[in-house]
This record gives sequence, structure tokens and C-alpha cells, in this order.
Amino acid sequence: MQTFFIVAILALGFLITFQIAKASEYVAVLRGYEKSRKQTNKLNGFMLLAFLILGLIGVYYCNERLKGKILGEPASDHGVLVDRMLYVTLAVTFVVFIITQVALFWFSYKYQESDKRKAFYYPHNNKLELIWTVIPAITLTVLVGFGIFYWFKITGDAPDDAMQVEVVGKQFGWEFRYPGKDGVLGKKYFKNVNPAANNPVGQIWEDRYNHDDVFVEQEMHLVVNKPVKLVIGAKDVIHDVGLAHFRMKMDAVPGTPTTMWFTPKYTTKQMKEKTGNPDFVYEISCDQMCGKGHWSMRGTIIVETQEEFDAWLASKKPQYYVANPDKDPSVKRDSVIASAPLTGAVINR
Amino acid sequence: MSEAMNVHSGVAAAHAVHHDDHGHHHHEQSFISKYVFSMDHKTIGKQFLITGMVWAIIGGLFSVLFRLQLGYPDQSFPILETFFGNWAKGGQIQPEFYYGLVTMHGTVLVFFVLTAGLSGTFANLLIPLQIGARDMASPFLNMLSYWFFFIAGIVMLASIFVHTGPASGGWTMYPPLSALRQAGEGQKIGTDLWLISMALFIVSSLLGGLNYISTILNMRTKGMSMTRLPLPIWAMFFTAVLGVLSFPVLLSGAILLLFDRNLGTSFYLSDIVINGEILPNEGGSAILYQHLFWFLGHPEVYIILLPAMGMVSEILSVNSRKPIFGYMAMLGSLFAIAILAFLVWAHHMFVTGLNPFLGSVFVLLTLLIAVPSAIKVFNWLTTLWRGNIRFTPATLFAIGFVSLFISGGLTGIFLGNSTIDIHLHDTMFVVAHFHIVMGVASFFGMFAGVYHWFPKMFGRYLNNTLGYMHFWVTMIGAYLIFWPMHYQGLAGIPRRYLDKKGWVSFNQFGELDKMITVVSIIVFAVQLMFVFNFFYSIFKGRKVTTPNPWGANTLEWTTKINPGHGNWEGEIPEVHRWPYDYGKDGREFIPQTEPVGANESKH
Ligand code: HEM
Ligand SMILES: [Cu+2]
Ligand SMILES: [Cu+2]
Repeated sequence: MQTFFIVAILALGFLITFQIAKASEYVAVLRGYEKSRKQTNKLNGFMLLAFLILGLIGVYYCNERLKGKILGEPASDHGVLVDRMLYVTLAVTFVVFIITQVALFWFSYKYQESDKRKAFYYPHNNKLELIWTVIPAITLTVLVGFGIFYWFKITGDAPDDAMQVEVVGKQFGWEFRYPGKDGVLGKKYFKNVNPAANNPVGQIWEDRYNHDDVFVEQEMHLVVNKPVKLVIGAKDVIHDVGLAHFRMKMDAVPGTPTTMWFTPKYTTKQMKEKTGNPDFVYEISCDQMCGKGHWSMRGTIIVETQEEFDAWLASKKPQYYVANPDKDPSVKRDSVIASAPLTGAVINR
Repeated sequence: MSEAMNVHSGVAAAHAVHHDDHGHHHHEQSFISKYVFSMDHKTIGKQFLITGMVWAIIGGLFSVLFRLQLGYPDQSFPILETFFGNWAKGGQIQPEFYYGLVTMHGTVLVFFVLTAGLSGTFANLLIPLQIGARDMASPFLNMLSYWFFFIAGIVMLASIFVHTGPASGGWTMYPPLSALRQAGEGQKIGTDLWLISMALFIVSSLLGGLNYISTILNMRTKGMSMTRLPLPIWAMFFTAVLGVLSFPVLLSGAILLLFDRNLGTSFYLSDIVINGEILPNEGGSAILYQHLFWFLGHPEVYIILLPAMGMVSEILSVNSRKPIFGYMAMLGSLFAIAILAFLVWAHHMFVTGLNPFLGSVFVLLTLLIAVPSAIKVFNWLTTLWRGNIRFTPATLFAIGFVSLFISGGLTGIFLGNSTIDIHLHDTMFVVAHFHIVMGVASFFGMFAGVYHWFPKMFGRYLNNTLGYMHFWVTMIGAYLIFWPMHYQGLAGIPRRYLDKKGWVSFNQFGELDKMITVVSIIVFAVQLMFVFNFFYSIFKGRKVTTPNPWGANTLEWTTKINPGHGNWEGEIPEVHRWPYDYGKDGREFIPQTEPVGANESKH
């Protein structure tokens, strides 16, 4: 019913517009085409000026309405650089934007057709053209300079004391692996992937670095003020680890591992206070189209203090023991049979 | 008389002896050879235009559908279920349908409308008319170009109706998603059809492009040196060169993808476990495809934009009754853009794990491209300065084009800077950027062209009042839709998210999304009004009464109001000057055909 209504109104509006349009053409012919053309010309000239003024007011209004909604302070050290570069660029481009748009609409209005004026024959002026080649070139060089400087800082090698976490995207969720006490992620091979045997990552159990690696899903834990290096991969198609609050992003490509590093500046708790939002949580968004669940491929990050983190990690059993309960020193021989299927079920969920 | 040979269809070869009195007799053409398998460049241009319009309506309608989902994610629209059945179960667009719509929207508008529809129309219409040729170098290949495009369209259209739905991997069609049938419904037969359709499209585009290049290089009339060419022709020339050099690369990318999909090769595939199934492929590189794609993809955005730039230059000059400012600089910047367009593709791949040093090189090259862009803008502004401007609908669209190009070009400076791109890549900011600078701006160039050359195409005018409404609603609407969208991107909202309810960080723009959806529907309705105006005016529009209604200098206005096959009845006119002598020596305009007078001032 509602749809029908809308269609009817549209059709009616259309008919009326069309009649007006036709009528105005007849009137133009009757009254003399030149005369009505000149009137329309004035009207459009005026509209262009109005568009400029209302448009600029609109730009201001839009900014007032929306500037509070764009995530606020960056939550990582790299994020600070990204935001600084962004605001510098914004300042430069905003000036250019205002100058050029004002010139465009103002000239259009000012130099609209008039019987009194003749157009000025002005085919070129090499000096002017040189000026507006050189000025943008210099401005851009400065922006490029800053940009590349920050870029190398952000993409340079992670500090030696950085902790490592492996992040793997799959349709449609996130998996994480922590290297454990030895600080080294054990080797893996995709043909070993076998969730039913408690090996969702495809770890090679013969590699002893694997024996203390911890596997978790959907929720990543990080330590505040401690650099973290993410080693990123994907199981099936390309995903992307998007960390809007940290202003970081890196594709997760099957077959080609990628990395990125940053230092979280605030714990989740601190961010709750800063944003005044008790439900605040750092989110991982998948930023690369990956199939029908792309829009819902959400992970979360808890940033916490070292002590909290250590306690959390200690509460996790290394995947090696989950997959090979007979090797687990904390499990007594006879209870193995009872506990293994249970843990397996949880992991495979 | 080689030109004369070319204008005749194969049958006419038998009449070769009559060629000297060309124009005095008429071959009776059948309906089929006149309107369907026509070899007249003007008719082929119209065929491209009308086919492009049909595709534009389809592509636009798709965007209205998915905007409904974005603006009103919780509402049910029973009418959608009526039309689309299971794809919109319960009146709600299902994710796979949503992604199918988005993919088709992008593909159709980028390739079928703004590449074929835009270049196809105006290169065909304007090249022979403005350089003074009777037709294209090869009218037959020209016709084939249209029909390949047509078949590509049929295949694409068919893909929408297959059981598993159309391709849904995004218009960039990145593997492994697009390579694996297991990855989703749209990755089944729909993607094969997409690839086949694109291959046909590329053939069409190459046939067209080679023809445009050889026509411009070889068939100019006497006196029409390269530096006397009107700017639309230069723009089409560079467009064609870009296409000829870059489309084959996409073709190879697409073919490798077809192999990976159907023949078990591993060009793009390695280390894949999907739905619990371990695939045997090892050693391929998913990133290889992205290099191949963007080696076309970036030039492609200029393939879309350059013709619009050329036409806007012409229209602004004609209607401000002033020469284009800095013709040589306009040429030089077109040239610079065409070269740089090939050297910046990896700016779409800053966060794919690209080597950071390589990334920084691409930052430099990318921001370099802003220099020729800036030159063009300043030259357009100076063209308007101290003019005597007539606001025809075409002029307004041209002015709108410049405004949009400025806005969208400036956001390109954000994205081209890899540091900022880390945050903005694949967010709504990118969507806002390329819609403004490429989508809407090129559409504006195309509209400007249609309003300006409609009298030449059909001997009638479009209705002006509808034209003005069309312009104002579209201009205001475009900014209302895409300007605030930047803020969504700054907030980090990724592209291609059909519902943000589940997210803590991204769900603060509900009202905005509603507003954008409502405005899109209005803007879409106004485009339908334009289409109506177009077809109505072909038959009922005000008649053109003078061969040169805009008082323009270029050659197309020296033909009859409704030029026949062969364009000029007698000799092709000779050219004596550049095309932009407006307002010179107190004369409003001096056509290119007029010899330079003895006392004329130099410029
Ligand atoms: C000042 C000049 C420009 C610069 C510096 C620039 C820069 C960029 C960059 C770096 C991206 C990639 C953003 C990302 O994915 O993260 C991008 C995307 C895009 N740009 Fe531009 N751009 C400019 C002008 C243009 C023009 C003139 C067009 C079209 C005619 C255009 C069309 C596009 C399109 C279609 C995309 C999106 C492709 C996709 O789907 O991922 N850009 N631009
Ligand atoms: Cu994903
Ligand atoms: Cu690009």
C-alpha cells in the first residue's frame, strides 16, 4: 500500500513537472525565445551563487553534526601519526577547496552573460600557468615528504621487545595464536589443518616451538604500552585485519603472510572512561570483501595490563596438550579419556 | 577518395564508379542496415548511448535496492519479495543478493556505462565530425565493437538470472574469493559468466580504441594539424591509448582466473582450506591478480574521466564565449595524466603487504598526478574568468563537473598518501572519493555532452526546463549523498557492510544512512525524468533551425542539421585555425573553416 502510494506520488509529480516543462517551452516561443533565455540565464547564475553559499554552510553544518562521531582519539602510537598526517592534509586541502570552489561559482555568477560585456580573449599566460604548476608541486612534495617519513616509521621493523600474535582470518571469523613462553610461533602447514583432531591452525607437532603455543578464537588480548607484532594470514580467501581505533589495517592473504606492528596506548577500561561508553570494546573488522558474511566478520580485542594479560594467558592450555592429551603433564593418565572430547568440542564450536 | 570508400557498406563496393558524385545520390538503406547493423559512426554512437542508458538504469536501480538495505536494515519491503523471491526473503535483501547487487552495480556502471557508454558514444559521434572525416577508419570494426559490447551485455544480463545468482565478489573480483566455487553462491556459474562477459567487453573496447586512434592519426581533414584538434578529440585519443595498452592486461588476468576456476591451475591459489576442505594448490599468488587488475584498474578511472574532461573543456569554452585557457597546458596535462596513470596502480594495494619502499615510490607517483589535475582545474577556472557565460544545461553540468572534480580530487590526496590510506583504505571514504571524482563527475561530463550535442544527433533540442531541474537536483543530491559519506569512512566503517547493528564502533550513523537513501531515490527518479526527456525530445523536441545553434567553431557544426551518411554533402571543409577563436578581435566566434585574415591579431 505504502509502496503504491509512493509510486503514485512520484508519477503525479512527474506528470506535473512535465506539463510545466512543456508549457514553459511554449511560453518561451510565444514571448520570444531570446528574452526568456536571458531570464533563465540570470536565474541560473543566481542559483549558482546560492549553491555556493548554502553549500559552504552545509559543509559547516555537516561537520558540526558528524565530527563527534568519527572515533575520537587514536588508541595507538601509530594512530597518532596517521591522525596528524590526516589533519595536516585536511588543512591544506580545505584551503584549496575553498579557494577553487569560491572561484568557480563566483566567476560563473559574476561573468554570466550580459549584453554590456564582451568576453575577454585570453588564450594563455605562461607565467600564470607556471605558477600554478609549481605551487601544487611544492605543496605536494611537502605532503609526500611527511607521508613517507611516517610511513617508514609505521611499516618499519617492530622493536625487539614486541610481543607476537598470529592472526588468521577465515570465512567468517578470526583465530589467534600466541607463541607461549619461548616467544616463537611454531611451524605450520596448511595440509595439517584438522579441527576434528584439535589442530585448527595446522601446527606441525614435531616442531617443539609449537608445544607451548596457545590458540584462541574471536577475542585477542594485548598488553597496554607494549608493542605488538601481528603475523597475519588467511585460510580461505583474502580478509583484512581492520583496527579502526588503532588506525591500523593489513590484508590477510592465503599463502602470503603479512605483518604489522603498533603499541596500544589505552586499556579497554581506560577507553570505556574516555569515550563514556560502558560498552566500549576494540573491534577487529574485516575490511576486504570475503563473501556473504563479510559485514559480520567481527573480532574483539581486550587491551589490559601485563598482570591481567599474564593471568589470562596462564589460564589457557597450549593447543599441543589439547590435541595430544597423553603428552599433557597436568593431566593424569586415567582422566585423559574423559577430558579430551570435551575440550575438543569447545574448540571446534 | 579513400574516405568515400569507407562510408559505404560492403554492398556499395559495386558502386565504386559513382564515388565522385558522392552525396548526390542516395543508397536506399534497409531498416536493418540503417539502424541495426549500421556502419555509420553517428548511428553507432547513438547505439552506444542508448544501450549505455539502459545499463545506467539497471545499474542505478541496483543501487537504489541496496541503499534500501543500508538506510533501513530492519524494515521489510514485501514488494522486494514479490519481485525477487528467495533473494529477498521476508522482504529483506539477503546478504548474497546484496553482494550480487553491489558487484553488478559497480561492473555495469564502470565498464558498460562510463567506459562503453561514454567513450563509445562520444568518440564515435565526435571524432569523424570534429576532425573532418566521413567516417571511422574501419566502419566495419566499429560496428563489430558495438556488437561485441552488446553480446557482453547479454552475457552479463544472463548471469543475473542464473539460479545461483550473479557474481558477487565485488567489481574488482579478487581471487581467491572469485576463484573458488565453494566460497559462496555468487562464486559459481555467475562468476564464470562475469569473466566471459568481461572478455567480450575487452574485445569490444580494443576494436573501438584501435579505430579511434587510427582515425585520429590518419583521417584528419586538410589543415587539421594535431594542435588544431578540439580538446575532446585529444581526450578521446589518450583514452583510447590507455585502453589499448591496459585492457589486454586485465584480459590476461581474467583468463588466468578462468583457468584457476576451471582447469585446476594455481596462478592465484595457495595454502587454502575452505569449508573444511584442503585444496591441493600451492605456490600461486593471490596478489598477482591485484597487480594485473589495477594495472588496468587505475588507467580505467582515467579512461572514464578523460572524455568527460575533454568535453567539459569544449563546452566551457563555447559557452563562456572565450578560448579555453592554456590549450597547450591542457594537452600537456592530458599527456602527463595518461603517462602517470600507468605508474600508480599499486596505490590500491598499500595494505596488501606490499614492500614499504615500493609503497613509498607509489606515493610519490600518485601525488604527482595531482599536479596535472590541478593545472586543469585552474585552467577551467580561468576560462570562465571574464567570460560572457551562457548557462545552457550543458554548461551547468560542465561547471558541476569542475566542482566535483575538485572535491573528489582533493580526497584523492588523502588516499594517495599511504600513511593516511592505512586508516582509510577500503572504508566508505574510498567509496565517497571515487563516486564523486569518477562516478558522478564523469556522469556530469556525459550529461553535458548529451545536452550539448543532442541537436547534432537528432536535430532537436532537449527540453530546457527539465534539463535545469535535472541538473540542480542531481548536483545537490550528489553532494548530499557523498559528502557526509566521508565521515563514515573517517570513522573506519568498511566498504560493503550491509548492516552495522552488530558493531559497537560503526553503528552511530543510522540517521545519516536513512537520509542518503532517501536522496538517492529522488536522484534516481530525476534520472528517469532525463531519460524520458531524451526519448520524448527525439520525436517531439523543439526543432533546431540553424546548423550552428551554439555559435561554435568546430567542424561538426558545418554539416547539415541532420547530416547523412558521409557527414558533408560536398567537399570536406578545410581547416585554417585552432578551434578556440572566441571573442577574438571583437568577433563572437570564428569557425575553424575561416582563413586567417590579413589583419587578424596573433595570440
Ligand atoms: C588527485 C588525484 C587522485 C588521487 C591522488 C587518487 C588516489 C586514490 C587512491 C590512493 C585510491 C585507493 C584508495 C584505497 O583503496 O584505499 C583511490 C581509489 C579510487 N579512485 Fe582515486 N585518486 C585520484 C583521482 C581519481 C580520479 C580522477 C578517479 C576517476 C576518474 C579516481 C577513481 C578512483 C576509484 C574508482 C577508486 C576506487 C577503486 C576501488 O574500488 O577500490 N580517482 N584513489
Ligand atoms: Cu573477511
Ligand atoms: Cu588508482
